[in-house]
Amino acid sequence: MSDWPILSAITFLPLAGAIIIMLIPADSAIAARNIRNVTLFTTVFTFLISLYIWVNFDNSISGFQFVEKYKWIGSFMEYHMGVDGISMLFVILTTFLMPFCILASWESIQKNLKEYMVAFLILETFMIGVFCALDLMLFYVFFEAGLIPMFLIIGVWGGKRRVYASFKFFLYTLIGSVLMLLAMMAMYWQAGTTDISELLVHPFPASMQTWLWLAFFASFAVKMPMWPVHTWLPDAHVEAPTAGSVILAGILLKMGGYGFLRFSVPMFPLASADFTYLVFALSIIAIIYTSLVALMQEDIKKLIAYSSVAHMGYVTMGIFALNMNGIQGGIYQMLSHGLVSGALFLCVGVVYDRMHTREIAAYGGLVNRMPKYAVVFLIFTLANVGLPGTSGFVGEFLTLIGVFQVNTWVAMFATTGVILSAAYALWLYRRVVFGVLEKESLKTILDLSGREKLILYPLVAMVILFGIYPVPVFDVTNASVEALVSNYHEAIEAAKITAQASLAN
Amino acid sequence: MKETMQSVMEIQNLGLLVPELWLAIGAMVLLLIGVFAGPRSTTQVTGLSIALIVAAFTWLLLMKEGGEAMNGSFILDPFARFMKLLALTGSGLAIVMSVTYIRRERFETFEYPVLILIATLGMMLMISANDLIALYLGLELQSLSLYVLAAINRDSVRSTEAGLKYFVLGALSSGMLLYGASLIYGFTGHTDFVGIAEAMAGSGRSLGLIFGLVFLLAGFAFKISAVPFHMWTPDVYEGSPTPITAFFAAAPKIAAMAMLVRVVIGAFEPVALDWQQIIVFISIASMTLGAFAAIGQQNIKRLMAYSSIGHMGYALVGLAAGTQAGVNGVILYMLIYMVMTIGTFACILAMRRKEGMVEDISDLAGLSQRNPVMALFLTLLMFSLAGIPPLAGFFAKYFVFVAAIEAGLYALAIIGVLASVVGAYYYLRIIKLMWFDEPADEFVPMAGELKVVLTASGLFVTFYIFFAGFVSDATSTAAASLF
Repeated sequence: MSDWPILSAITFLPLAGAIIIMLIPADSAIAARNIRNVTLFTTVFTFLISLYIWVNFDNSISGFQFVEKYKWIGSFMEYHMGVDGISMLFVILTTFLMPFCILASWESIQKNLKEYMVAFLILETFMIGVFCALDLMLFYVFFEAGLIPMFLIIGVWGGKRRVYASFKFFLYTLIGSVLMLLAMMAMYWQAGTTDISELLVHPFPASMQTWLWLAFFASFAVKMPMWPVHTWLPDAHVEAPTAGSVILAGILLKMGGYGFLRFSVPMFPLASADFTYLVFALSIIAIIYTSLVALMQEDIKKLIAYSSVAHMGYVTMGIFALNMNGIQGGIYQMLSHGLVSGALFLCVGVVYDRMHTREIAAYGGLVNRMPKYAVVFLIFTLANVGLPGTSGFVGEFLTLIGVFQVNTWVAMFATTGVILSAAYALWLYRRVVFGVLEKESLKTILDLSGREKLILYPLVAMVILFGIYPVPVFDVTNASVEALVSNYHEAIEAAKITAQASLAN
Repeated sequence: MKETMQSVMEIQNLGLLVPELWLAIGAMVLLLIGVFAGPRSTTQVTGLSIALIVAAFTWLLLMKEGGEAMNGSFILDPFARFMKLLALTGSGLAIVMSVTYIRRERFETFEYPVLILIATLGMMLMISANDLIALYLGLELQSLSLYVLAAINRDSVRSTEAGLKYFVLGALSSGMLLYGASLIYGFTGHTDFVGIAEAMAGSGRSLGLIFGLVFLLAGFAFKISAVPFHMWTPDVYEGSPTPITAFFAAAPKIAAMAMLVRVVIGAFEPVALDWQQIIVFISIASMTLGAFAAIGQQNIKRLMAYSSIGHMGYALVGLAAGTQAGVNGVILYMLIYMVMTIGTFACILAMRRKEGMVEDISDLAGLSQRNPVMALFLTLLMFSLAGIPPLAGFFAKYFVFVAAIEAGLYALAIIGVLASVVGAYYYLRIIKLMWFDEPADEFVPMAGELKVVLTASGLFVTFYIFFAGFVSDATSTAAASLF
C-alpha cells in the first residue's frame, strides 16, 4: 500500500524543521518572527501529513501497518517502524497538540526563542518515534531521548523552582527507565530478537515474566504516573511553561499507558494476571487520594496536575481490567485526557500570561470581564469531570464498566473519584471564574485574543465531538484491542492447561 | 642453518614493531633536538611529536599483517591494533590540545611532548604484551613517564605534590604487580600468557596462583584507577597541568584496560570464576564511588576524576561477563569514553579568563548565553557521559550491560544502572549551570585546535547512532581475536 516511508516522514519532519531553525541566524525581530513561523508551519504540516495514516488506516487489521524495516546495528537494533490500532491515534494526538503548543508559546516565550522552538520540535520527533517504534531498542532510544528536551524546557523556561522540578522529573523517569532497559536486554537474550512484532508472540517463561513485568512497571508507573511515584508530576507541571505542561499531560503521560498496552499486557500476560490487583489497588489510591489532594491545592496548575494523576488511575484500572470495555475505555480516556488536560493547561496559560500568577486566590469573578473565556473554561472543566456529552465521559464510563465486570468493589471505589473530581473541578471554577470581581488587578483584564481563540475553539469542538460521536476512535482501536484481549485470554488458558497437566503427572 | 632461519624470522617479525620503533627513535631524536636547541624549540618539538604519532597511527592502520614477534612476547592481533589506534589517538589529541596552553601559560618545556611520546610507546608495548615480563617493561616505561609528566610544572606546589603522590602509590602498585607476577611464575613455571593458561588447564588452580592473580589485579586496578586503588586519581587530576590531565584521562587508561583484558582473558581463562568475582567487586565499587563522590565536587578536574573512576567501573562490567560480547563492550566503551573525555577536556582547557585558567564548575554558569556553541557541545557530551540515548554514551553502556545480562550477572547490572542514575545527577548539575543560571564572567575566545577537537567529539557523540553498526563491526572483530 505505501512504499512511501510515511511514518519516518512524520517522525523526522519536526527534526528537519529544527535543523532549519538552527540555521536561522539569531536575534533580530525578523528572525524571531521567522522562527515562530517556521515552527508553526512545520508542526501544522506534520499534522496534515499524519492525517494521511488515519485516512489510509485499515480498521480491519489487528496487526501493524505502514511498516518500515531496515537493518541497523547488527542484531541488537533494527530500524523498524509501524502502527496498529493502539498506537496510531497517539501519533495523531501528538501531531495535533503540537501546533497549539507553539501558538501558546507565541508571545509568552521571549528569552532564547530559537532554542525553545528547537527543543519542542526535537521533542516532537522523539514522541512520535515512541509510538511508531517496533523495535525494542529503538523504542527505548526514543522513550528516553525525550527526557533531554523536556529537561531543558522545564529548566530554562520554567518558573521559580524550575531547577528542582527539572531534576526531579529527569531522575525519577531515568531510574524507572534504566530498569526497563535491563529487562529489554534480558528479553533480547531470551527471545534472540528485539523486534516487537516477534516478541509479541514469543512465550516468555512464567518465572521470568514476573521480573520483566516489574521492571517495565517501574518505568511506566513513573511515567504514567501512578501513586506513589507521582510526586514528580505536580512539580514538573507547575514549573514548566504552559506548552511544556500541555505536552507533559497530553503526550508524555500517555507513554506509560501505551507501554502497558504494548509491552506489559501482551508480552507478559501471566504476570499481568498476577499483578492485576496490585494495579487496581494503586489505581484506586491514585483516584481517591490524589483527588482529595487536588481539593486542597492553592495553585491552579498543581490542582490540574493532581487531577491528571487521578485520571490516569482510571486508565491503569481500565487496562488491567483486561477486557474489551476496560482497554477501549483506557485508550479513549488517554486520548480524551490528552485533549482536556492539555486544554486546561492552555486555559491556565491564558490567565497566567495576563496576571503572571497561578494562585487561585489571585483570581475571582473573571466571568464579568472574560465571558468567552468563562464558557471555554467551563466546557473543559466539565469534560474533566466527565460530564456526558464530553469526551471525558466516554473513557471514564467504559473503564468503570470494564472493571465492574471484573470486580465490583474496585468499580465502586473508583466511582467515588467521579464525585470527587466534580468537587475539586467545580470548586476551582467557582473560585476563579464566578463571584464578584473584587481584585483591583483584574479590573482591566481582557478576554480571549484572536490567537487564543484559535487555540481553544478547535479543542472545544474536538472535546464535544468525541463526547457525542466516539465511533471513529473505536473503529480504529477495535481490531487491535480485540486481538490483544483474546491473545491474553489464550495465554492464560494455555498456562492453566499446562499447570493442570503438570499436576496430573 | 636452523638457527639462522630462526633469527631471520625474528628480524622479519620486527616489521610488526615498526610503529613502536618509530616512536622510540623519534622520541630520542626529539629529545636531542630539544637539548641542543633549548626551550625555543618547544613548538617544533610539539609539532614533530604530533607528526610522529600520526605516522605511527597511519602505519598501524594500513599494515595488514599481524602475528607474534620477539619469541612470542609481542603480539599484534586485531585487538592490539584497535587499542593501539585508540591510545595513539588519545595521545595525539592530548598534545594537539596543549598547543595554545603552552604558549599562553609560558609552559615552554620541550620535554613535555617527548615524555608523552615515550609514555605512548610504553602503552603500545603494554597493549601488545603477551608475556608478563614484556608487560612489566611496557608498564614501567609508561608509568615513569607519567610520574614525571604529573610533576612537570615544577614551580607549582600542587603539581609536584601530584607527581610525588602518583609516584609513591604507583611504585607500590608496580611492586604488587611484580610480586603477583613472580608468584604466578613460581606456580606455573611460565611468564608467557599461553604457557600460563596451558599450565593452569593442565594442573588446575592452586592457592598460590590465585594469590598471584589477586596481586596482579590489584596492580592493574591501580593503573585504571578502579576502586579501592583510586585514591591518587582526584589529586593527580587536580594537581597536574590541565593538558596533562586530559592525557591521563584518555590514553593510559585505554592501554591499562587493554592489558587487563588480555591478561585475564588470555592467561587466566581457566580460572575465570576466580577473577570474575574480583572484577565484579571492583566494578561495583568503582561505579558506586564514582557516582556518589562526584556529587560534592566543585573543581571540574576533580569531578572528571571521579567520573573516570565511575566509567572504568562500567567498562569492567563488560569484562566481568568474560565473554566475547563483554570484551566487545569493553573495547567500545573505551573508544566512546576516550572521545567524550577528550571533548570535555577541550572545554575545560577553554575555561580561561583574562587573569588565567579557572577550574570551578561554577565558572561555567550561564555559558549558554556567553558561548552557545561551546555550551551546546558540552551539554551533548554531558548527556552522553550520563548515558542518555541517542548519544554515544548510551551505546557504550548498553553493550557492556547487555553482556552482563547474558552472563547472568543481574545484581551487577542492576547496581550499575542505578549508579548511572546517581551519576546522571552531577552531569545534569553542569548542564544546569550552563543553561539555567545567570552568566558568570566571559571566557577568552576558544583556541582553534580546541574548537576542532570539541566539534569533532560533539559530532561523534551526537551522530554515533548513525554509524554505530560500522563501529561495532570493527570492535567485534577486535574482540573475536582474543577468543
